[in-house]
Amino acid sequence: MILGSAIDIIKHCGVPRFYFVDFPLGNPCGKPYDLEMQRGIVGAALQLLETVSEPRTVVKDPNNWGTHEWRERYMEIKPEDRARMSRQGEERRRERQRLREIGHTRQD
Amino acid sequence: MHETQPVHYMERTRLYYEAQGFERAYQWAHFEDVPFTPLEKSLSDSRVAVITTGSRYDRLLTDPRFVDSGEIDELPSHLFAKDLAWDKQATHLNDLGSYLPAQVLKEFANLGTIGSVAPRFHCLPTEYSQRRTRETDAPEILRRCREDQADVALLVPL
Repeated sequence: MILGSAIDIIKHCGVPRFYFVDFPLGNPCGKPYDLEMQRGIVGAALQLLETVSEPRTVVKDPNNWGTHEWRERYMEIKPEDRARMSRQGEERRRERQRLREIGHTRQD
Repeated sequence: MHETQPVHYMERTRLYYEAQGFERAYQWAHFEDVPFTPLEKSLSDSRVAVITTGSRYDRLLTDPRFVDSGEIDELPSHLFAKDLAWDKQATHLNDLGSYLPAQVLKEFANLGTIGSVAPRFHCLPTEYSQRRTRETDAPEILRRCREDQADVALLVPL
């Protein structure tokens, strides 16, 4: 089963059981250093193993991150970022080509 | 007033790479048929293995990634994942328990909520190639879980 935060990706993929924690990507088990919350989330996720009877079941955790501005800021593209991002993309493609040429890639 | 609906990560990712000039949009894995195996024992008798997309070693976005496993009784203080697309503005990975539930699972095992925790946790490499994940990495993780006699695999992607 999966415990995570990217619900659209998980639903698109299709998985047996998904416990959805609507937090910024990175802390699906609960807020950092909040052990009580982490116990609650992981415990609730495990319960799905005994309660769910069909694939693609999604259950949403009731916890709230507390703020929402991260939803808009994630991978946000401002007009003034476009030239820099285009350069970054070109650099990335050049670097990937170089690594392919020297064999710094998985061979399988 | 901020939107409170779940983030549409596939759309954000598509727009982001489009802005970087990548011509072909990433094809996310998609399955028409999704397998389902009911739990064969009660949770209190089951052994749980945990799988993360984090790494025990620091790596660059361009470094090759491979399946790796660590001892559940020798947990690192944190995992490395600067090459992954978690939300680096909104949060951090300084608390291992916020993304690798090993300590909480050990507590649950001591309380009898689960039978036990598998002796190894596994690091699954996120790959651009779906074929590598499907044909090489996922079967290797499954093999290791079975070797450890795990009844349940709990995948916690970052």
